[in-house]
Amino acid sequence: MAKYLLLKHYRGAPEARNCVPMDQWTPEEISAHIKYMQDFAARLEGTGEFVDGQALAPEGTWVRYDGEGRPPVTDGPFAETKDLIAGWMVIDVDSYDRAVELAGELSAAPGPGGEPIYEWLELRPFLAEPPTITE
Amino acid sequence: MNEALLRSLTPSVLGILVRRGADFAAAEDAVQDALVEAVRVWPADMPRDPRGWLVTVAWRRFLDATRADASRRRREDLVDETPAPGPVPATDDTLQLYFLCAHPSLTPSSAVALTLRAVGGLTTRQIAQAYLVPEATMAQRISRAKRTVSGVRFDRPGDVATVLRTLYLVFNEGYSGDVDLAAEAIRLTRQLAAAIDHPEVAGLLALMLLHHARRAARTAPDGSLVPLAEQDRGRWDTGAIAEGIGILQTALSRDRLGEFQAQAAIAALHADAPTAEETDWVQIVEWYDELAGLTDSPVVRLNRAVAVGEADGPRAGLAALADLDDSLPRHTAAAAYLHERDGDLVLAARLYADAALKATNLAERAHLTRQAARLNGRPQRGGAVADPRST
Repeated sequence: MAKYLLLKHYRGAPEARNCVPMDQWTPEEISAHIKYMQDFAARLEGTGEFVDGQALAPEGTWVRYDGEGRPPVTDGPFAETKDLIAGWMVIDVDSYDRAVELAGELSAAPGPGGEPIYEWLELRPFLAEPPTITE
Repeated sequence: MNEALLRSLTPSVLGILVRRGADFAAAEDAVQDALVEAVRVWPADMPRDPRGWLVTVAWRRFLDATRADASRRRREDLVDETPAPGPVPATDDTLQLYFLCAHPSLTPSSAVALTLRAVGGLTTRQIAQAYLVPEATMAQRISRAKRTVSGVRFDRPGDVATVLRTLYLVFNEGYSGDVDLAAEAIRLTRQLAAAIDHPEVAGLLALMLLHHARRAARTAPDGSLVPLAEQDRGRWDTGAIAEGIGILQTALSRDRLGEFQAQAAIAALHADAPTAEETDWVQIVEWYDELAGLTDSPVVRLNRAVAVGEADGPRAGLAALADLDDSLPRHTAAAAYLHERDGDLVLAARLYADAALKATNLAERAHLTRQAARLNGRPQRGGAVADPRST
């Protein structure tokens, strides 16, 4: 039982094989893509492996402490140096192999022409509670 | 209402229904109904035989539900074939419930969830909180697990090793949410040990008690890990240690050694030492040799290398470590420790920092980072400068 974060990147990952900007897809292709991801999440709810997932807006704001009594500095986005995260899903699975299998499935979401987009997903394990037995 | 009493009765009531021929999922629903009824009725009218009362009410609920079911005829055939509910038998059906909940057809996480639900009597919400997943996710996990085992017959004994592994997983998950899973695992293992005569059940119970006894000393108030050698032994639970050692000695005297007994023996040697310096490392190495013969686990050989480092000096430990794959979990941390004891502080600091990056939990990462920082030894800044509030 381990939790993993599946990260979908806007930028920063190698280019997907079937990479066409989404605004150039047909409306039906977009619907099929979204439905695939919804079905994927629903199926993981059914298997008891779903924890959470959200989509994120592409642009964010960078914020920094600017000294006592001063408002925080806001700037950005510094998109050219930073990969952006499109969304994420947290799963709780029995093994690393299962996490890789699921990430592979999510990466196969259909894109232009109904073909999988072969999107790269980042898979990151959560740091867990320390086990009771360590010594 | 006596929640502890209800929880302790739940598994045996469920076990009786299942043995009488009730489908597992339907039996569980019926027992839940009976528990709700008990909470309502008992405060005013406590039955003389609470378990018998629960069995009668749950069995009636089961029959009502099955009669109302669409597949009425098939179910009624089943009811006809089943002996009428009579006096509750003295044999403990709980044992069969343990086997069912840890059935090999279940994944480990499903087996854990079902065991806590059916044998432990925890609510789905409590289990979900303990494992930090949404309640709906845990509910699905449990209902899938119930479906998976619903066709399993009780005609042959289950696999004790699978049950023990499941309980060990519960214990190792530690503590989060409002249920103490380590304490729950001990309670369930104790119950299992009372129902079955098996040296490895005793070995696992002893192991859990010996580790649990040190829990209060394992973390500092800020949540950071305290290594075994630095723990305040005055905070160890001597009652639990004595009980664990007693159970272990009885098990060992039967001369059917297994993995859990060997692990418990190592834990007992640590627990028995009045100070870290007085730990009998030579004997601990011998137990690791036994354990390596039983399990062939690389993690065991890694721990053995650390023990060799204590028994025969850090060079011997490093030599033992050199035989092992350096991608093993905690290999780098062990190397860092042994190099530090050998006097190579620069290498040790680098290895501690590497090990921190590979840690799989936050407390361990912080601990290893602190070890690296301690050896790197940057002089501390004055508090007035370090505290931004004072500038």
